[in-house]
Amino acid sequence: MELIDTFFNWDILLRSFPILMRGLSNTVVLACCSIVLGTFAGLLLCLVRLYAPRPVQLLAVAYIDMFRALPILVLLILIYYALPFVGIRFSSFVSALLALSMVLAAFTAEVCRAGIQNVPVGQFEAAATLGMPFWLGMRKIILPQAVKVIIPPLTSNSIAVFKDTALASVVAMPDLLKQAQDTQALMANPTPLIGAAIIYLALLWPLVRVVGYLEARNQRLQMR
Amino acid sequence: MTAAHPHVIDRNSPPVVSMTGINKWYGSYHALRDIDLDVASGERIVLCGPSGSGKSTLIRTINQLETHASGTLRVNGQELTPGMKKLDVVRQDVGMVFQHFNLFPHLTILENCTVAPISVRKVPKREAEERAMHYLERVKIAEQARKYPFQLSGGQQQRAAISRSLCMVPKIMLFDEPTSALDPEMVREVLETMIGLADEGMTMMVVTHEMGFAREVADRVIFMDAGEIKEVAAPDAFFANPKEPRARAFLNQIMH
Ligand SMILES: Nc1ncnc2c1ncn2[C@@H]1O[C@H](COP(=O)(O)OP(=O)(O)OP(=O)(O)O)[C@@H](O)[C@H]1O
Ligand SMILES: [Mg+2]
Repeated sequence: MELIDTFFNWDILLRSFPILMRGLSNTVVLACCSIVLGTFAGLLLCLVRLYAPRPVQLLAVAYIDMFRALPILVLLILIYYALPFVGIRFSSFVSALLALSMVLAAFTAEVCRAGIQNVPVGQFEAAATLGMPFWLGMRKIILPQAVKVIIPPLTSNSIAVFKDTALASVVAMPDLLKQAQDTQALMANPTPLIGAAIIYLALLWPLVRVVGYLEARNQRLQMR
Repeated sequence: MTAAHPHVIDRNSPPVVSMTGINKWYGSYHALRDIDLDVASGERIVLCGPSGSGKSTLIRTINQLETHASGTLRVNGQELTPGMKKLDVVRQDVGMVFQHFNLFPHLTILENCTVAPISVRKVPKREAEERAMHYLERVKIAEQARKYPFQLSGGQQQRAAISRSLCMVPKIMLFDEPTSALDPEMVREVLETMIGLADEGMTMMVVTHEMGFAREVADRVIFMDAGEIKEVAAPDAFFANPKEPRARAFLNQIMH
């Protein structure tokens, strides 16, 4: 009983709930902004990587390699604590948004590249011989086919970014984890942390299932 | 000459395709050697030759899926140069049918036929659909219009691909071995569609090993070997008495 009182104190959970919800809304806003920004930047980066003039391509490759190798936490701390030394100051939200979407963009670019290269050359040729300019063919013919392959890993990466929003608590952004930690300190009880963990799980577990389903469906389609 | 399928070859207008001194290399491999060829409006040409002789390369050069290294290429009066800006516009008038159909798998047969007319030629959707249904009827698969490519047989897919090209109302149709990926019982239906096209006066260049088709509709048979045009002749003359020893050997081989 004492264990439940310590780790799952209903009274404390109820009292901390509104605070956790405020943290959750920050987390969700950060996650959504990072995912949208990172995904679009990633698609753009991938098109540059594939079709820009050679020197620009190499820049894209360098970017992609670098940000796939750099830990998000290191990047975040660089942005938040190091940039001010050269006079560039971002709020904790903007710092986290930049760090998350810069890294997501690098991963998305690779995923999109695999998706586009998975479309047979014949499809590019058929679009071209019908007189479609390259970008029109890209939009009407190639990307819609690539999307099917891209969606599962893209969703997977988005889940990872959602989880990594918790790193924002390191730069004092009042996200779900930070709020839970503060409440824990305030109420001298770990229940809010358990509450936060349960909220993360409840939100992300269905998404994990969706990825599993999409992957299985793609596999079935490929067999056909 | 081709009594079964009489038609008009317009030799007074400028040629639809005009190649002079075309050369092409893949790395150090000389794939096209000094190709000279004019195709008149309404003319049907069959290209044949052993595997690797450059038939696909030649036909794909015409719409610049392969670029040439030297020589002059004119299509519908427009000179094509590697990296030119207006290439898309020239391609609108050059239909191409591939060995493996290359239908768009995420679109229905009808959408396959309307996507380019709507987005490239700016034909209103309704009109584009009417036109598509017209051509789908002509290739006898109108009832498949709402299906996706994978739901059709190979022969039906190839006929859908032909009608997709026709919907752009091209001035010339290029075919690169349109029946060689098909099961034997489906070859006939595709060839009949192509013969129908020829009867209506379409200018056609066809890479094929179907010598029956060549005999029936070709005005000229072109025999290629090692990147060169070795022989150009009317089909009767070519099949009865090929001048080139390589052509004779080739014919012996494909006629068993
Ligand atoms: N993209 C390429 N890169 C390098 N070599 C190529 C390429 N495409 C074709 N070749 C070579 O060029 C030559 C001509 O090829 P092409 O495809 O035009 O022959 P083809 O007459 O169409 O043969 P097939 O009857 O087998 O289709 C071949 O030797 C081939 O190996
Ligand atoms: Mg070929």
